[in-house]
Amino acid sequence: MSKLSVNHLLGIRYLTSEDIKLIFETADHFKEVINRPIKKVPSLRDITIANLFFENSTRTKLSFEIAEKRLSADILNFSSSNSSVTKGETLIDTVNNILSMKVDMVVMRHPNPGAADFLSKHVDAKIVNAGDGAHEHPTQALLDAFSMREKHGDLKGKNVVIVGDILHSRVALSNIFCLKKLGANVRVCGPLTLMPKHIGSLGVEVMTDLKEALNWCDVAMMLRIQLERQDAKNFPSLREYSMLYGLDKELLDSLDKKITVMHPGPINRGVEITSDVADSKQSIILEQVENGVAIRMAVLYLLAGKN
Amino acid sequence: MKQSDRIILDSTQFDLTIKRLAHQLIENHNDFSNSIIIGLQPRGTFLADRIKAELKAIDKKHDIQLGALDITFYRDDYRRQDNPLVPNKTEMNFDIEDKNVILVDDVLFTGRTIRAGLDAMLAFGRPKMVELLVLINRRYERHLPIQANYIGKNVHTIVSERAEVSWAATDGEDKVILYTPDNE
Repeated sequence: MSKLSVNHLLGIRYLTSEDIKLIFETADHFKEVINRPIKKVPSLRDITIANLFFENSTRTKLSFEIAEKRLSADILNFSSSNSSVTKGETLIDTVNNILSMKVDMVVMRHPNPGAADFLSKHVDAKIVNAGDGAHEHPTQALLDAFSMREKHGDLKGKNVVIVGDILHSRVALSNIFCLKKLGANVRVCGPLTLMPKHIGSLGVEVMTDLKEALNWCDVAMMLRIQLERQDAKNFPSLREYSMLYGLDKELLDSLDKKITVMHPGPINRGVEITSDVADSKQSIILEQVENGVAIRMAVLYLLAGKN
Repeated sequence: MKQSDRIILDSTQFDLTIKRLAHQLIENHNDFSNSIIIGLQPRGTFLADRIKAELKAIDKKHDIQLGALDITFYRDDYRRQDNPLVPNKTEMNFDIEDKNVILVDDVLFTGRTIRAGLDAMLAFGRPKMVELLVLINRRYERHLPIQANYIGKNVHTIVSERAEVSWAATDGEDKVILYTPDNE
């Protein structure tokens, strides 16, 4: 296997476990590249990539940008707040105008679920989904699983619990798909009001007791409470959420074994995770960010190389 | 496709060739105090390992640093074939600034691999001098102005032929075979 089974990266749902393994093996090599004195290779020098961000982002946008630059691609950055989208231009029109400038690949974040999928059917460029609403965030799930693999080896049979706002989280959905494809056992933990209705159909068990969940797992992934997406009152107050589902040092030290703590960022320090846990030796939050660049380089390299 | 094969180096000749190459290196590099051997992935690294072992067998003082360099991301045929090229491991745990580098590959043919190797190598510093050592030099089909400094054996081949180096360590026997397609 030396190529992906897909032409676009729209979601983890569409990838095979071989695709995921190929991305990881390629990312291993790029991780070595980004630790060289000269961190740049010329592979994508004849490619132009447009980064279209219709929703705010720091980490993902910078991570994609640096991955593209390390591969020598030419890049265009676009964010909706200062563009003609505010004048009423449609998504397809915006993208087709950009593609007329001879762009080969599009990395897109959009508030609407399915936006990347829709775009891939209407424009002639390779699409990488950088997050579409509460649907998927495939590169985040890949870098999370890659970081776990780095720390724990093969993920088959490993126990992973995802804690927090599963309902609004694209990271959770992509991670569930990804970890299941790699053979890990996945459970989710949080207040029932923050669980999607059909969570059972994804083959994950719901837990409501955080300590019990943490004692079960090898890796705990703490999610951010997405304040911007809470249209209904799903829990009484942030303080109460934090008391029941926040991870602090005392709880971490009281567990039977040393678990690995992850967070996709941005962190609400003191809400889902306290500062001393986020900065502790058991946390691999900053490794996740470093691996994000290697994973995104691998995805771009593998997609661009496929004719 | 039918093809015939012919051994161009058997294991005895192979061994002699490695020894000769090692002695030629000693002539030019003295004690190797400022020299580095870099094998190009995937097949040049076997030759680099052998050369290093041979140098050490001749004189224990020859403890020369060895690197493995993958050139996949520097190749000029990426996106010109159906599948992405699969990379190999790079192990360069040193700086090559101001060093005498001996670049090693098993077969020199079009010269494109070496061109990519030179580019890839420069990510690790500016060497004082770079030399090229190959086991087999296939003449007549060079695409670039690249020549080797140390050559195990020159062979005169046509494009459709294929030279393959086997190694005792991985393939069971040291030998070089030239495959020629039969004309029908």
